[in-house]
Amino acid sequence: MRKKTDKLLESLSQEARLGRISRRNFMHYALAAGVTATTATGLWTSSAAAQPKSGGSFRVAIHDNNSSDTHNPGTYLSIQQIFLAHTHRAFLTLINTDQTLGGDVASEWSGSEDASEWTFRLRDNVTFHDGRKVVADDVIASLNFHRGEASTSAAKALLSDITDISKTDDHTVVVTLSGPNADLPWLMTDYHLVIQPANDDGTIDWQSGIGCGPYKIVDGDFGIGFKLVRHDVWHGEGAYFDEVEMIAIGDPNARQTALVTGDVDAVSSIDLKTMALMQRNPQMVVENVPSASAITMPMHCNTAPFDNVDVRMALKLAMNREEIVEKIMFNAGMVGNDFHHSPAQPYYPEGLDQLSYDPDKARALLKKAGAEGLAIDLSSSESIFSGAVDMCVLYSEQAKAAGIDINVVREPNDGYYSDVWLKKPFCAVAWGARPTPDNIYTLAYKADAAWNESYWVNDRFNELLLQGKAELDDAKRAEIYREMAVIARDDGGTIIPFFRNFVYGRRTNVQNTGQLSAAWELDGCRAASRWWFA
Amino acid sequence: MGDIVNLVLKRLGFGLITLLVISVIIFFMVELLPGDIAQAVLGQGATEENVAALREQMGLNNPAFVRYFEWLGGAVVGDFGTSIVSGERVSTIITERFINTLFLAAYAAVIAVPFAITLGVVVALLRNTLFDRVANVLTLTSISSPEFFLGYILILFFAVKWQMFPAISSLSDGMSFAELLDRTFLPALTLVLVVTAHMMRMTRAAIINLLASPYIEMARLKGAPPWKVIVKHALPNAWAPIINVIALNLAYLITGVVLVEVVFVYPGIGQALVDAVSKRDFPIVQACCLIFAATFILLNLAADVGAILTNPRLRHPK
Repeated sequence: MRKKTDKLLESLSQEARLGRISRRNFMHYALAAGVTATTATGLWTSSAAAQPKSGGSFRVAIHDNNSSDTHNPGTYLSIQQIFLAHTHRAFLTLINTDQTLGGDVASEWSGSEDASEWTFRLRDNVTFHDGRKVVADDVIASLNFHRGEASTSAAKALLSDITDISKTDDHTVVVTLSGPNADLPWLMTDYHLVIQPANDDGTIDWQSGIGCGPYKIVDGDFGIGFKLVRHDVWHGEGAYFDEVEMIAIGDPNARQTALVTGDVDAVSSIDLKTMALMQRNPQMVVENVPSASAITMPMHCNTAPFDNVDVRMALKLAMNREEIVEKIMFNAGMVGNDFHHSPAQPYYPEGLDQLSYDPDKARALLKKAGAEGLAIDLSSSESIFSGAVDMCVLYSEQAKAAGIDINVVREPNDGYYSDVWLKKPFCAVAWGARPTPDNIYTLAYKADAAWNESYWVNDRFNELLLQGKAELDDAKRAEIYREMAVIARDDGGTIIPFFRNFVYGRRTNVQNTGQLSAAWELDGCRAASRWWFA
Repeated sequence: MGDIVNLVLKRLGFGLITLLVISVIIFFMVELLPGDIAQAVLGQGATEENVAALREQMGLNNPAFVRYFEWLGGAVVGDFGTSIVSGERVSTIITERFINTLFLAAYAAVIAVPFAITLGVVVALLRNTLFDRVANVLTLTSISSPEFFLGYILILFFAVKWQMFPAISSLSDGMSFAELLDRTFLPALTLVLVVTAHMMRMTRAAIINLLASPYIEMARLKGAPPWKVIVKHALPNAWAPIINVIALNLAYLITGVVLVEVVFVYPGIGQALVDAVSKRDFPIVQACCLIFAATFILLNLAADVGAILTNPRLRHPK
């Protein structure tokens, strides 16, 4: 028995050395083999402790591109823009590979006692690619770009609480809010909020493409690709590659073939249907990272029949989430529990009871609500995510067992978010990952939020939300978010079938620490500065 | 000769009118698309005031016909305006991509046209033999398969299994010409496979059609060898329909390559058009479509002129 374990561990370590296995899986298998967690961690460090090496040209294929994309941070939308932003520009703060908050341009920050005023201390060694030092004026202009009457930035709503941004010296910026917000340093990781060179009139120069990130742009076009070289005096850790080449490859087949043939070293997305085949290829590693990006199905709580909490609960219980994750997502997802808070975010409440498929109970609840033989429309579209319509059809089949007739309406891809979302009483929606629970609850669950997609109003939930915003004590905040999760699960108007995983790939000669940020694909879109060639 | 100049001028005049009509149709078709440019640019994350501000900035609040005539005023003097979405000049966005598309089309044409005509002559010569049948079956199979499927098959064998050519054709500035030919070989080959059958079959049919003519009979009777009968006597009279088909296929090489571009990650104009349609970026859609339309008009004109020049009867009408 002992010998068998040793052999297993040896081959595991071998796999780890070759970079074929992630830290998560390594720990999982090692623990299963009967090794203690400490030993397993030690084993991981000694076997996979590949020291980062400098050099090489990193070619990465990006899946979501548009030729009409620009460097304007106010209209950042595609993964191409977001990956480029994290490669040639920098932010005030960033999300570390262990999902904690770290500094980027800011080295430290502190909030006033009521969390309504935040002071950011800037590093003094941050430079733009043209050699200028990054000072407080640049930060202020960069944030102000997303504020004010005339701003067309998509991040305007995110910063609407900010009443003033000022500096006390060249390396200290003070942000004043209209009310408390303990998460402000987290919000500064938002992909729109890049730090840009300020012009004399307080506007920013986004057109030139000059940033203060790890790589500077040599040339390139959106929709085709970009070439970048290392910014030698970059302020952060990493940037091991000499050069980075981003290539826009929208077609999944072309992208994966390029990875197989070695025309690229990494890809930002792998088609779930062929994920298993890619995993069998010994020359590549498929990374499968649970994220905070949720698929939701909001039910308008101000519209019959969804105004009845029993009907809402019946619809929640009529869904077999495990089957959806297995069949639609090929297991690259995490079952949701109808509160919009993922384990990839801080303050996650562990151990809450999971809603599970229970058609009998759903039927009983409908009877109690006097809504037997419930027949409703569910709007969906393939543009939400690949498989969205299938998911709704599968749900409709599952709900039949509870006597619910769900008619799946396939809406046009174009204009789904302007014509269907917030307008049709029951529809499917995809949400990008947000850094904190407060962030997503404020956006989409607060009673008066513009995007309160289920028109759900729960007084206790909203009260707790405001408390949480003002609370700087982590333990107390965690407790607040636990109670909010329970309320959302039991009373809320949003079904959350699952959280998506980010599934992307690299060739084995590209290495990382084994810990990956869950903020975006490709290690929080920071693969260019965090990964290296073996 | 004066007749031909006259004809060309007349046809160019009609061509301009056609382009004008097409520009009107395209403009209103883009207008008919559901959704909104500002919404498409800002995505799901946009609030209403946000979208309104961006619409104002993009000048979308003017009535449609005002915007059309503003665009037309510029286009008449050769200014295709700026992209609504990115604000860049349409000419800057399109020029490089269009050159890439032209290069790929030329690469494929240089291989496909001589190949198809030679093959057409050879199968006409060897008509109804096994070679004829095999050539027909193979070319018809390749024209009947969708381009992306042909592309994937070529990638599977030439890139993945035998590793002779790269799987993707992304270009970079410092490439040598040989490298360029190597990188773009697979997409060019795909296009060759797609267009060969049409030209080859037309060559074969046009020649065989003439073989029953008395003058061919005459040539045979005077003892000319079969290849000479076909190349010297039949082919010159068969050019008109062949040139027409070649022109059609050349136009297809330029306008129909979107799928090939996507499969091989080739930075051509097709992808720009698809992106522009999805964002309703009218000036770019308009410019791309007009380029495509002009390609068809000019190549058709060239085909007609070519047909006239190769036919003495048309050259000297009574």
